[in-house]
Amino acid sequence: MVKKMITTRRTSFIRFKESAIRAFFFTNGILAVFILLGIFLFLLYTAFPAFREIDIKEFFTSKNWDPTSPVKEEYGILSMIVSTFLVTLGALAIAVPIGIGVASYLSDVAHWKVREIVKPIVEILAGIPSVVIGFLGIVLFGPAIAKITGQSHGLNAINGSILLAVMALPTIISISEDSLNAVPRAYKEASLALGASRWQTLIRVKIPAALSGIIAAVMLGMGRAIGETMTVLMATGNAPAFPRGFLSSIRTMTATIAIELGEVPYYTTHYYALFAIGLVLFIITFFVNLISDIVLHKFQEREL
Amino acid sequence: MNSRKLLLVGFLCLGLIASAGTVSAQRKMMQIKGSDTLVNLVQILAEVYMAKNPRNPIAVLGGGSGTGIAALINGTCDIANHSRPIKDKELQMAKDNGVTPHTFVIAVDGLSVIVNQNNPVSRLSIDQIGAMFRGEIKTWKEVGGPDKSISLYGRQSNSGTYGFFQEYVLGNQNYSADMKQMNGNAQIVEGVTADKLGVGYVGVGYVVDAQGNVKKGIKILKVSKDTDSAAYSPLDKAAIDSGDYPIARGLLQSTAGGPKGAVLDFITFELSPEGQKIVEEEGFFPIGAGQMVENTKKLK
Repeated sequence: MVKKMITTRRTSFIRFKESAIRAFFFTNGILAVFILLGIFLFLLYTAFPAFREIDIKEFFTSKNWDPTSPVKEEYGILSMIVSTFLVTLGALAIAVPIGIGVASYLSDVAHWKVREIVKPIVEILAGIPSVVIGFLGIVLFGPAIAKITGQSHGLNAINGSILLAVMALPTIISISEDSLNAVPRAYKEASLALGASRWQTLIRVKIPAALSGIIAAVMLGMGRAIGETMTVLMATGNAPAFPRGFLSSIRTMTATIAIELGEVPYYTTHYYALFAIGLVLFIITFFVNLISDIVLHKFQEREL
Repeated sequence: MNSRKLLLVGFLCLGLIASAGTVSAQRKMMQIKGSDTLVNLVQILAEVYMAKNPRNPIAVLGGGSGTGIAALINGTCDIANHSRPIKDKELQMAKDNGVTPHTFVIAVDGLSVIVNQNNPVSRLSIDQIGAMFRGEIKTWKEVGGPDKSISLYGRQSNSGTYGFFQEYVLGNQNYSADMKQMNGNAQIVEGVTADKLGVGYVGVGYVVDAQGNVKKGIKILKVSKDTDSAAYSPLDKAAIDSGDYPIARGLLQSTAGGPKGAVLDFITFELSPEGQKIVEEEGFFPIGAGQMVENTKKLK
């Protein structure tokens, strides 16, 4: 009788503990959602007043950004949107082939000992502070680019692209390799049994089977590149002109916010306009991440 | 064992409380903020001052003239460094916040236009420099150099040097959108050193090294008022004093209301012969007699 009472007491305590723990983790999970929502609403609230004085069409279609001009204050972000995408696409053009190549090597070619050494090193690469990479851009890549291209200086879009490629590589390699490893062993064995070479198996069977994971990896790498600030701020020259190619100095959306937010008098059109740029950037990265998430989920479902 | 640990924790807590007590008992640290052109100079002035007056600690920050003036208006600094006059718009904002800026000239700067040492051009007129930075003159050939495009280095828009140059050299016109906007004077010097087609503008304190020699890799252009008149170097003290060098400017400090206490003491030190000697050692120029009279009036 007494023994029974103790056990019921104990089970009810365990139940209480269970539900308390569950509530704790639920709060943590939901907190992330509220933070995201809060940031979005704050951006919306602070960006909105900008359009009392700026024509929204001009904001997106004008190439001129000069909010402190003594002649006429201009708030056009087209040049920086194009600059941001130019640097990002350049970075992807470099990082995607290398990233997939390294991932394929690690998953299919490399000896397991090599993989155990190389993969952690690749992941450490993700931990290098962006300001250090930007510094390399100024002292190492910049002068090299200037020499190779015959320009007088190397503070341009291609410099930013190379640095962002370095920063996006760990993400792309790591997730691509995981998705290549997740391809069922039977696919590879069947392909080899049918007489396909290892190269053919990799290109025609494994990479297509892991494609959605690889695409998600690329999109995540892209999200990282679009939002990166310090590296591009240091290496791309920050000339607000509309880019004429990879060899021109450019200024991205993130760099503009970073340079100007420190000085701007609060609650002025210029201040609100910087938040409007932030909102545009937020929406772009949100969709890039959303797409990569959808693709990744599709891939995981098919695996099940 | 446990009680001993507890004792240790207790002592640590006591120590923390004690140290917190001494910190709060100390005087508030004087905050100086603003112009990147002035930051090194004021830092050294503050170090020398603090060596003599350890009871008045000073923190000097850069960030640009606009940042310093904004901080003064918002009440987050005691002294704002700025290399351009306070704008009417900023004065209005200060008034709205109940702040009356008192401005002092603490040094004189010959704003220097620099090119790579291999550039054959050695003198330019204000009009030519203005046209280059407005983007109207695009190649060095138009000013007597090689037939190559000009690579412009300037400052970001919160810089007082950016504002001063825009007003006095560009004639209040827009900068070329192709100008690379660098985050500080030192970055412009670095950029022009590496770029054989580069041209940039920096405070004179940034073009000479500690021994007073022109830094390696750059050339300081002589500047003339117009194409026919004589051109002067910003290192020429006589030309700065006489006003013959066309883009000399006062480097300024502002306080909210008249300076008091430690702030007054520090500004007095900056204006003293000893302070002005440091100004000269740092590559800038001491202020003239007229400016000194103006300053003394404001200090009283």
